[in-house]
Amino acid sequence: MILLQLFISYLKIGFFGFGGGYAMLSLIQNEVVMQHGWMSNAEFADIVAVSQITPGPIAINSATYVGYTVGSQAGGLWMGLLGALTATFAVCLPALTLMLLITRFFLKLRNNPIVEGAMQGMRPVVIGMIASAALLLIFPHGSDPGERNFIDAWSWLLFGGVFIGAWRKVNPIVLIVLSAAAGILIY
Amino acid sequence: MRPLFTLFWSFFKIGIFTFGGGYAMIPLIRREVIDRRGWIAERDFLDLLTLAQSAPGPISLNTSVFVGYKMRGYAGAVASILGVVVPSFVIILLIALLFADIRYNPLVDAAFKGMRPAVVALIVVPVISLARGMHPALYIVIALTAVAVWYLGWSPVWILAGAAAAGILHALYHLPKKKELINKKCEPDETERPPRKEEHR
Repeated sequence: MILLQLFISYLKIGFFGFGGGYAMLSLIQNEVVMQHGWMSNAEFADIVAVSQITPGPIAINSATYVGYTVGSQAGGLWMGLLGALTATFAVCLPALTLMLLITRFFLKLRNNPIVEGAMQGMRPVVIGMIASAALLLIFPHGSDPGERNFIDAWSWLLFGGVFIGAWRKVNPIVLIVLSAAAGILIY
Repeated sequence: MRPLFTLFWSFFKIGIFTFGGGYAMIPLIRREVIDRRGWIAERDFLDLLTLAQSAPGPISLNTSVFVGYKMRGYAGAVASILGVVVPSFVIILLIALLFADIRYNPLVDAAFKGMRPAVVALIVVPVISLARGMHPALYIVIALTAVAVWYLGWSPVWILAGAAAAGILHALYHLPKKKELINKKCEPDETERPPRKEEHR
């Protein structure tokens, strides 16, 4: 049952999405590209690019997009809408319930050494997860050319340019739009 | 109904104007929730951010749940979270509907070929800036995680759970020492407080 799979996958992504947007990329990639094969590595990069230039958190954007794509492949437009709703609802559910719990027990959790310990332990892992998302986008597992995001020297040149821009805190929307324009000029 | 709609509308605006999500939206949330509406106090905002960052899920969702619940209980939390979600849901759904048709357009394809390496660069930058402040020994943890998830295909879920458990054990191990310190610091405070109250009366 595809809707149930979508629900469980995005519930997991929502529940373990510690460390915000970029850290969630690795979880989404692991579920959507590696475990279920719902989209290719290149498609995943595309949805990240679309997320950067559209409003809203990447977790929600990817849930809606993947839910729609997977659903519509299984049973047309309505199934796609249902898939989008299911995945988006699933990814929000943990944030809603956990934040309500935290808000109710607000003061007790603050400065709790156990909670702080868990956070401290997860911090380096979250950075490693972001790194793995980048590594997988650069070096995918399969040898299928459709999986590759770096196709020639131009790709690396664009990578370098955007890296310098992002390092100097240029707005990511500007960088994505510029690289799209560069893509149109080059290819 | 009216206050619920105000909550929904405020977070709808936040949802529609925050591109890229995450930290980019903090100034927007601040302006709407503190400056315009006065829903929470300035000093509570920092606490809220810490909470929203330590709970799983996007910061914008977590913030909306917190503010919504504080204002109008459970219904407020739902109204606020819907405000954040609806704009991105509708926009992405429209894109997904159109994307199937324009995906193989040569111009669109070329644009995406340009954007893919750019996306990777945008992901690499926070890795470096986050890792810079860390203890060098933790670089090994970062590297091992990256290799396990990328090369070995491990699920990040288990690594996160393991790291949280290790962090908790570490905290418990150091707990007795910290408690002694806290108790020592607290005791004089508690004896000082009652006389102060009497002075005010």
